[in-house]
Amino acid sequence: MFNVDDIRKDFPILSRKVNGKPLVYFDNAATSQTPQQVIDVIVDYYSNYNANIHRGVHSLSQEATDKYEHARQKIQKHFNAKHAHEIIFTSGTTHGINLVANGFSSLLKKGDEIIVSALEHHSNIVPWQMLCERTGATLKVIPMNQDGELIISDFDNLLSDNTKLVFVNHISNALGTINPIEHIIKQAHLYGAAVLIDGAQSCPHIKPDVQALDVDFYVASAHKMCGPTGQGMLYGKESWLKKLPPYQGGGEMIAEVTFEKTTYADLPHKFEAGTPNICGGIAFGAALDYMNSIGFDTIAQYENELLEYATQELLNIDELTIYGTSQQKTSVISFNLDGIHPYDVGTILDKLGIAVRTGHHCAQPIMDFYCIPGTVRASFAFYNTKAEIDALVAGVKKAKMMLA
Amino acid sequence: MTIEEIQNEIIDEFSMFEDWEERYQYMIDLGKDLPLIEEQYKTDSNIIKGCQSKVWVHAEMQDDKIEFTADSDAIITKGIIAILIRVFSNQHPKDIIDANMDFIDQIGLKEHLSPTRANGLVSMIKQLKMYAIAYQTQLK
Repeated sequence: MFNVDDIRKDFPILSRKVNGKPLVYFDNAATSQTPQQVIDVIVDYYSNYNANIHRGVHSLSQEATDKYEHARQKIQKHFNAKHAHEIIFTSGTTHGINLVANGFSSLLKKGDEIIVSALEHHSNIVPWQMLCERTGATLKVIPMNQDGELIISDFDNLLSDNTKLVFVNHISNALGTINPIEHIIKQAHLYGAAVLIDGAQSCPHIKPDVQALDVDFYVASAHKMCGPTGQGMLYGKESWLKKLPPYQGGGEMIAEVTFEKTTYADLPHKFEAGTPNICGGIAFGAALDYMNSIGFDTIAQYENELLEYATQELLNIDELTIYGTSQQKTSVISFNLDGIHPYDVGTILDKLGIAVRTGHHCAQPIMDFYCIPGTVRASFAFYNTKAEIDALVAGVKKAKMMLA
Repeated sequence: MTIEEIQNEIIDEFSMFEDWEERYQYMIDLGKDLPLIEEQYKTDSNIIKGCQSKVWVHAEMQDDKIEFTADSDAIITKGIIAILIRVFSNQHPKDIIDANMDFIDQIGLKEHLSPTRANGLVSMIKQLKMYAIAYQTQLK
């Protein structure tokens, strides 16, 4: 049985105060908090078996390697990848995207087309622009509507035999919209295009099945799902990962090196140059264990309750506009008090101990679409409560009173 | 009045307040008295970089002293720039360059000095002092 009070006990940070007030943490879409179970794994690693992996013959190295590779298997199982070597450890979502973008440099030519969506994070726009500059390919954009949803009929029209790659986020970080990626993947494959899905915002809420989705690449960050920062994963279909050239050179990723020629290691090591974030990988596995012990269906259901409650309560405030009103969205609310800068609202909320994000959320094209400088974004996780939402609503009312 | 005298005056004013709410309310009120920048100077090149909200500043030299005008699209930021301009406006460039800014801490706005703070109080001070350096060079 899901009991939020019990869950909160797992997160030491939730009992601290900020500016003299109990912390209300609503910046989960930027980074999630870490439960004691994951903190313990990090402490255990550095206390008991810190060693470099894959090379050492000594027991400590063996132990660290086993735990690290075991974490890879946990991730494989979580995302239902066919092989463990289809999971590449990365420093995070941005790293995974850049790895794929870089790999496609040698596969694209002038006249090829890449499709991205209007709902993308800068990290899923800039690498492709750079890729286009390098290869002469062109970037096409799937437009969005007023509700913050992609206009899918326009996507279907953008597809052609020139389309080589499609990059869309599973869930928009700025608005919370869940994109119809099943349709996008299916349609793109009809034209032989590869699809990369940015799962940074979806993985904290839902459990993607990469085989059922038939997606070519899927990227995620551990720190948005109760794991540590500086750690993420790239899933790639074996056939694609074999086709892409290595991203960075170094130790770990080689089979044999002479000054004339180097042969690369097999998957996944081909893409994992240098000593990785060993502790981070192991802790990522522990974070997945933790979230799975609660259950993603339970998490989604509870967060949806929070979303509905917060939406309703915030809309009771006069002259408040919510951006991103799709029926298909996760527990993210982007809003503004009419005529008041989001920065002002965020500053007042901070003084009240309420952590929200303000600004363009690294998605300037979306802000331009709505003709606003940015929004206040409150994003909820399964350890948040309705009482905290009440505190947010009271805080927004106070901000309105002070700033109007 | 010297820069230091104005700073002490502001410290006195802020010392009357009991809590952050009153301090912020006063800062917001100070923003309303900000000498507004003329529309023609509200250009992209006059925007201070490093702020989440927009801040425009314009400087002019009047008899060896600099006069600042400014504006912002955020109310709290407007209050902050108003305080800075009250301190720096009508002062000699050299005095602006040499000014110690510890008073920010004393009026309870220390949190705005943190490098992670998106409002860029640090950028604002730096930009105002840059103007002073530029005019000081002209004077020599």
